Amino acid sequence: MKYSALNLLRNGLRHNRDWPEAWRHPEPKSHYDVIIVGGGGHGLATAYYLAKEHGLRNIAVLEKNWIGGGNTARNTTIVRSNYLWTEAALLYEKSMQLWEGLSNDLNYNVMFSQRGVYNLGHTLQDMRDIERRVSANRLNGLDAEIVTPDQLKRAIPALNTSASARYPILGASLQRRAGVARHDAVAWGFARAADALGVDIIEQCEVTGIERRNNKVTGVQTSRGHITADKVGVVVAGHASVLANMAGLRLPIQSHPLQAFVSEPLKPVLDTVVMSNAVHGYVSQSDKGELVIGAGIDAYNGYGQRGSFATIEHALQAIIELFPSFSRLRLLRLWGGIVDVCPDACPIISKTPVNGLYFNCGWGTGGFKATPGSGWAFAHTIARNRPHELNAPFSLDRFATGALVDEHGAAAVAH
Amino acid sequence: MQKNRLQSGGRIDRTQVLNFRFNGRAYQGCAGDTLASALLANGVYLIGRSFKLHRPRGIVGSGAEEPNAIVQIGSGAATLPNQCATQVLLYEGLDANSLRGWPSVQFDVGSITNWFSRFLAAGFYYKTFMAPRKLWSFYEKLIRDSAGWGHAPTKADPDFYEHRNAHCDVLIAGAGPAGLMAALAAANSGARVIIADEQSEFGGRLLSQTDEIDSMAATDWVAQAINTLAQHENVRMLPRSTVFGYFDHNFVTIAEHCTDHLGAHKHTTVRERLWRVRARQVILAQGAFERPLVFCNNDRPGVMLASAVSTYVNRYGVCPGREVVVFANNDSAYRCALDLDAAGASVKAVIDSRATGAGDLQQEVEALGITVMTGHVVTNTLGSQQIRAVQIAKFSIEGTVPATLPAQDLVTIQCDLLAMSGGWSPAVHLHSQSGGRITWSEELHCFVPDGTTQNCVSAGAGNGAWELHDCLRQGLEAGKAAIEYCGLEISDLAEPKTEGIETNSLQPLWRVPAVKAPDRCPKQFLDFQNDTSVADVRLAVREGYRNVEHVKRYTALGFGTDQGKLGNINGMAVLAEYLGEPIANVGTTTFRPAYTPTSFGTCAGETVGQLFDPVRKTAIHEWHEAAGAKFETVGQWLRPWYFPDGDEDLDAAVKRECLATRRSVGIMDASTLGKIDVQGPDAVKFLERIYTHDVGKMKVGRCAYGIMLGEDGMLKDDGVMARLGEQHFYLTTTTGGAASVMSWLELWLQTEWPDLDVYLTSVTDHYSTISVAGPTSRQLLQAIDCDTSLDAADFPFMSTQTATLCNLPVRLFRVSFSGELAFEINVASDHALTLWCALMDAGKNFDITPYGTESMHVLRAEKGFVIVGQDTDGSVTPTDLHMSWMLASDKDFLGKRSLRRPDALRADRKQWVGLIPADKTTVIAEGTQLIEDTAARAPVPMCGHISSSYDSPTLGHPIALALLKGGLERAGEKVYASLANGKAVPMTVTSPVFYDPQGERQRD
Ligand SMILES: Cc1cc2nc3c(=O)[nH]c(=O)nc-3n(C[C@H](O)[C@H](O)[C@H](O)COP(=O)(O)OP(=O)(O)OC[C@H]3O[C@@H](n4cnc5c(N)ncnc54)[C@H](O)[C@@H]3O)c2cc1C
Repeated sequence: MKYSALNLLRNGLRHNRDWPEAWRHPEPKSHYDVIIVGGGGHGLATAYYLAKEHGLRNIAVLEKNWIGGGNTARNTTIVRSNYLWTEAALLYEKSMQLWEGLSNDLNYNVMFSQRGVYNLGHTLQDMRDIERRVSANRLNGLDAEIVTPDQLKRAIPALNTSASARYPILGASLQRRAGVARHDAVAWGFARAADALGVDIIEQCEVTGIERRNNKVTGVQTSRGHITADKVGVVVAGHASVLANMAGLRLPIQSHPLQAFVSEPLKPVLDTVVMSNAVHGYVSQSDKGELVIGAGIDAYNGYGQRGSFATIEHALQAIIELFPSFSRLRLLRLWGGIVDVCPDACPIISKTPVNGLYFNCGWGTGGFKATPGSGWAFAHTIARNRPHELNAPFSLDRFATGALVDEHGAAAVAH
Repeated sequence: MQKNRLQSGGRIDRTQVLNFRFNGRAYQGCAGDTLASALLANGVYLIGRSFKLHRPRGIVGSGAEEPNAIVQIGSGAATLPNQCATQVLLYEGLDANSLRGWPSVQFDVGSITNWFSRFLAAGFYYKTFMAPRKLWSFYEKLIRDSAGWGHAPTKADPDFYEHRNAHCDVLIAGAGPAGLMAALAAANSGARVIIADEQSEFGGRLLSQTDEIDSMAATDWVAQAINTLAQHENVRMLPRSTVFGYFDHNFVTIAEHCTDHLGAHKHTTVRERLWRVRARQVILAQGAFERPLVFCNNDRPGVMLASAVSTYVNRYGVCPGREVVVFANNDSAYRCALDLDAAGASVKAVIDSRATGAGDLQQEVEALGITVMTGHVVTNTLGSQQIRAVQIAKFSIEGTVPATLPAQDLVTIQCDLLAMSGGWSPAVHLHSQSGGRITWSEELHCFVPDGTTQNCVSAGAGNGAWELHDCLRQGLEAGKAAIEYCGLEISDLAEPKTEGIETNSLQPLWRVPAVKAPDRCPKQFLDFQNDTSVADVRLAVREGYRNVEHVKRYTALGFGTDQGKLGNINGMAVLAEYLGEPIANVGTTTFRPAYTPTSFGTCAGETVGQLFDPVRKTAIHEWHEAAGAKFETVGQWLRPWYFPDGDEDLDAAVKRECLATRRSVGIMDASTLGKIDVQGPDAVKFLERIYTHDVGKMKVGRCAYGIMLGEDGMLKDDGVMARLGEQHFYLTTTTGGAASVMSWLELWLQTEWPDLDVYLTSVTDHYSTISVAGPTSRQLLQAIDCDTSLDAADFPFMSTQTATLCNLPVRLFRVSFSGELAFEINVASDHALTLWCALMDAGKNFDITPYGTESMHVLRAEKGFVIVGQDTDGSVTPTDLHMSWMLASDKDFLGKRSLRRPDALRADRKQWVGLIPADKTTVIAEGTQLIEDTAARAPVPMCGHISSSYDSPTLGHPIALALLKGGLERAGEKVYASLANGKAVPMTVTSPVFYDPQGERQRD
C-alpha cells in the first residue's frame, strides 16, 4: 500500500487496521543469486539498488540482529558531501543527490532535512584548509561557501563567536544542502522498498562462515542453516574484519568504539549542524528536540560497543566551549557503536581476491551520509562484477599500490 | 491555603512556609516538600500537556519515574528546562512553569490534535509529508516547533562544576533498607565505603512506609543507621547524588547535586559535582519502580501510582484526594488504602483484578469498612482535566485475557483520585549498564538481574525482593560478601527484626480489556510522555516492526525524559502478547547511561572556558604583549603573529619586519618548537629507523635537517636535529607536532622495539629558543659577551656548541629558517626574558626588529622551505618535496618500503613548486585550487593547490608555493588559480626557492 496523506486518512478512518507489513519476514530459501550480509542501511540499500537498477530479484539480506540496529541506529545522522578529494567528493555527492529524492523514491519519509552543515575554523591553518576544501568543492560542482564570524553569529545565535573564547572562531565552511536524516527510517524505508521488489530480508540470521570452492564463493553458513549463493556482498561495518577472516582475508581496518549522546528534548535552539575539528565536537538538534552530539573516537580497539566516560567528558567540554549556554542542559542517553576505520579515512567498496565475494566497509565514523550512494555503487560492483567509476578509487588494491585518498588532513573529525 | 495538607505527620516542616509560583500563581508549601508534593498540597492536579496529543496530565509518581510533571524552573541564564517536579526540592521563591499548552495549560489550542489522534498513529510521519518535496521543510518546521519540552537558557551558565576522583572498597547505590543495611555491614570492617542516594534524605521507601524495624518506626531506624554510619570515618555518605553511569572496570559516575535545592544563590559554590569512582565492589540497591496499569484514559490527572500516593501521605503530609478508588493486581496497593484511610480520605473501593484478592492486608482493609471488589478491573476513567469517576467491570482470566468486556456490566464509581498498582519492576538499569544480564522471572513477573560481568551484586527490591525483611537480609548479605571479597573482617551484625505478612501472588495484567478492541477504544497509554498507546504497539506489530527495538523506535515508547522507567515493561508485555510470544523472548531494550538526565556542565566539570585547554605561553610572552604584538593560536600556544608599529596593519608590519631581517637583524621567539632529548646506547640505532638520513654519520656537534615519515611513506614531521654526544641527540619538531611526535617515538620504542636502550625526554618547556637572523646577527651576539668564536671557520653552518651570552649558559645552533645568517639560542626558560631583553638592548645599534610567525612564514617561503601541516597534508612524499637526497639508501627507516609502491613512483604526483602570478600583482588566497582548463565544467579537473601565498617584500611581487601535478618537470609552464568568484588567475611555475638559491647568505 502506497504511503500518502490520502491513505493515512483512509486507514485512520478504519482505525489503522489495514496497514500491511512494511517488509515480510520470510524463511530463508536454500539458494539466492546474491546474498548481502549485514542489514544496516548500506546492506539494505545495496539490495534495493540491485533489484531496482540491475533487475536482480533473488536476493537476500541476512542480518544477525534486527535490521538497522548497528551503526545505522547509533549514528548522529550528519549528511554532507563537502569532502576534499575529488574521488571522495564525487562519491558522497552521488549519495547526496540520491538523498535529495530518497523519500519519494522509497515512498518512505526519511526526513532528510537540509538544514546546512557548518565546519568551524579556529586557527589560520583551519582557515587555509577550509579555503582549500571549499575551492575544491566548488570546482567539483558541490555547493560550498565560506562564512565569517559575523555571519555565524547571526545564523547561530547560541554559538560563542566571541574573540575572547579559548579558540576563537575565525570562520567556517557551509554546505547548505547538507543536513541530517532520520536514521531508523532510512533502514526501514530501504527494507520496505527492497522487499517490494522481492528481496528477502532475514533477521536474526547470523553469518558464521563463508563457503568457497576453487577460490569462488559458493554460499554462507548461518545461524539458520546453510544457504548457497552465486555472489556474496558483505556490509557489516565494525565487524568487517571478522567476516573477512571467515573468507581468509585480512583488511586494513581497525575497529574502534565511537560514542554519541542526546540531551533531553528542547524547544528549537539550533536549526543547523555545527562541527568543529579543533575543539572536537559536533551537534545538531533532532526533530524531536534532542541535541544530538557526537564524541571523538575511543582510542582502543574492540567490538564491545562500549566507550569510556572520559570521551564523553571531552565532547561536552567542547560543546560548552562552543555553546556556553548549553551547560545546564542534560545528557539523557549515551551509547556507542563500533566503527571500521581505514588508514586513509575512506571506504572500501570492492571486489576481493575471492571470486564472487565483495566487501563494502571502512566507512568509519562517517558512512551514514553515504548510505544510498554506497548501496548504489556496491550494487553496481556486484551486479557487473566491476566497480563503477565512482567507487573504482576505493578498491582494496589501493593499499598495495599506495593510491590512498587521504581525507584525514582535511577533516580530522570525519562525520 | 494548602487544602490537601494533613494536619500532622510527614517529614515536612509546617513551621517553615515557603512561597513559590506555578504558572504565574502564588502558592505556599513547606520545607521538605518537593515541587510535586507542594502542588498536590495546593490541589493543583493539571501540570502539563502530553507530547503529541496535548492531553491534560498530572503527577503520576513521586520520583525519577515521573513522566508528566515536567516543568521549567526559573528564567534567565540560570533557568532549568525539563525538571521533574517530583525531584525538585521546594525553596523560597521557586518559580515553575508548565512546558506545554498554549495559550495556557488549562486551555490548550493544541489539544485538538487529540481529536485527530487516529490519523496520528505511530509512525504516521514516515508515511506522509513527502510530496511535493519542497513542502517538507515547511512541515518539518511545524513538527519541530511543536516538539521539544523546555527552553534552553540563552546565556552562559552562571554556575560552575567540579570533578572528583575517588577509590573505594564498596560503592553502594541507593540508601533504602537494602543499601543502608549493606553499608552498616561494611562500615565496621574499616572498608572504604561510599553510599549514594539520589534523594535528599537517606531511607528510600522506608520514608514513605509505616513499617516497623526492630520495634521502632522505620524512619527512626533510618535515623539510627545514618547516625551509626556518620561515626565511621571510612564511610562517605552522599545524599542528593545520583549514580548515573556504570562503565567498564567498575568505574561508576555519580552526580552530586549541591545547590539547586537552595534556591536563589550567588553561584559562588559548586552547583554539581561529578564523582568518578573506581570501586572494588559495587552493591546495587536502587529499589524498584511501581508499574501503572493499562486501561482506557489511564492518563487523566488524578490517576497516580499507589506507592506515590502513600509517599505523599506519609512522607509529605499531603492527601492527594478525598474520594479514592484503589486498583491493583497485587497486595502492595492495599497499603495505600490503609494510608489513605488513616489520612482521612474516603476509600470508595479497592478494585483487585485477582479473584483471590490479597492476603493479610485485605483483612486489614476490610476491617476498616472499605469495600474490596476482587475479580474486578477499572477499564476506563471519566473526567476532563481531573478524574471524576472510574468505570469498573467484572473480570476473570480463564486461559486468556478476554478480548473485550461487555458494556452492560460497567459500573461507575465517582472519585477524585485513582491509586493504581500493576506490580513492581526492579531498577535493573545500573546492573544492565555494567554489562550484566537480566532475565524475566515467571514467578515475580519482572526482569531481575541475572549474572554479572563486573564485580557487582544487586540487593533488595532492585533484585526482586519485595518484602522488607528480604531487602534487609539481602543488603546485609551483600555487605558482608563485599567485605569478604576485600579480605576484611566481617562484622557479626544481625538482621533487624521485622514483621512478615502473608501475601498472595501478583496476577500478571498488562492490559485491561475495554468495551471495544484496542484499536477503537479510548487510548490505553503505555508511555505517558510520548503518548504511546496499546494501539500503537499493536499497529507496529501489524506493520512488521516486531523486534522490541523496532517497536520502541517506531512508537517512541520509552524515549521520553523518564527513559521508560514507568511504561517500558508494560509496553514489552503488550508487545509479547501481540507477537504471541513469552515476554522472556521479547526481552528489553538496552538500558543506557544516564540513569536520570545529568547536566552537561557536570560531565564537563571545571574544564571549561579558559580552563578548557589552558593556553600555553612562552617565557617571553609578557614582553610580546607589552610590545603590542598580535597573537596567533598555534596548537595550544599563543605565538606573536606580528608586531605592529603604531596602527600598522598585518601587511605593513610584515613587510617592515622581513626587510629589516634581510637588511640587518630580526629576532623571533621560537620557544614553541617541540624539543626532545634522546639519550642511550641505542640512540643512533633508534634514530636511524625514525629519520630518513644517515644519523650515524653525523659528527658530534653537527646539526642536520631531518624528516620522519609515516608508515605510508608520507612526510610526518620535520626539524633540525643535533648530535650532542656519541649517545646523545637533541631533536626539534614542529610546534603543532610536538606532542604527537613524542607519542609516535614512544609508541615505537615501547611497543615495537622494546629491546632498544633509549630514553626520550620532552624538553620543550625547559628551554626557550630565541632566533636571531640577519647579516648582523653575529655581531649582535658578540655584543652581548659571547664567550666563544662565532666565525664561520670555528662555528660553521649546521653545527652547535655551548656558550655563555651575557653570563647566561646557552646552547647555540647555527641553523636558519630565513635564509639569512642566523643563530638559534637555547636558554633555560627562567633566563629567557633576561636574554631577550639583553639582545633587544644591544640590538638597538643594529636596528633589531622583533618579528612574528607571519614574517617567519614569508621569509621561509622566499627561501622555499616547507612548513609541515601547511604545505603538506599527509599525502606528500619526500620526493614530491625535492627531498630524495635525504633518503639514505643503505639503511631501513619507517616508511621506506611504502615509497616503492607504484603510486609513490608515479611521475604525475603532486609536487612542490613555486608560482608567480603572471600579472605580478595578485595575491592568491592560500588553499586555492589550481586548474589547467579554464573552460572546463564541473567536475573541473584540479591539478594542485596553493599551500602558501604572500606578497614577497624582498622580491617586490607576490609568490606562492603549491603542490602541482608533475610539478617537478613543469618550470616555466602556466596554470590557473581558480578564484571563488569564478575568475582564473594565470600563474607561472617556478622553482620553490625564490631567494638565494645557492644558500650563500645562511652559510656566510
Ligand atoms: C556514534 C556514531 C556516530 C556516527 N555519526 C555519523 C554521522 O553523523 N554521519 C555519518 O555519515 N556517519 C556517522 N557514523 C557512521 C555511520 O553510522 C556508519 O558508517 C554507517 O551507518 C554504516 O552503515 P552500515 O549499514 O554499513 O553499518 P551497520 O548499520 O552497522 O550495519 C551492519 C550490520 O551488519 C550486521 N552484522 C554484523 N555481523 C554480521 C554477521 N556475521 N551476520 C549477519 N549480519 C551481521 C550488524 O548486526 C549490523 O546490523 C557514526 C557512527 C557512530 C557509531
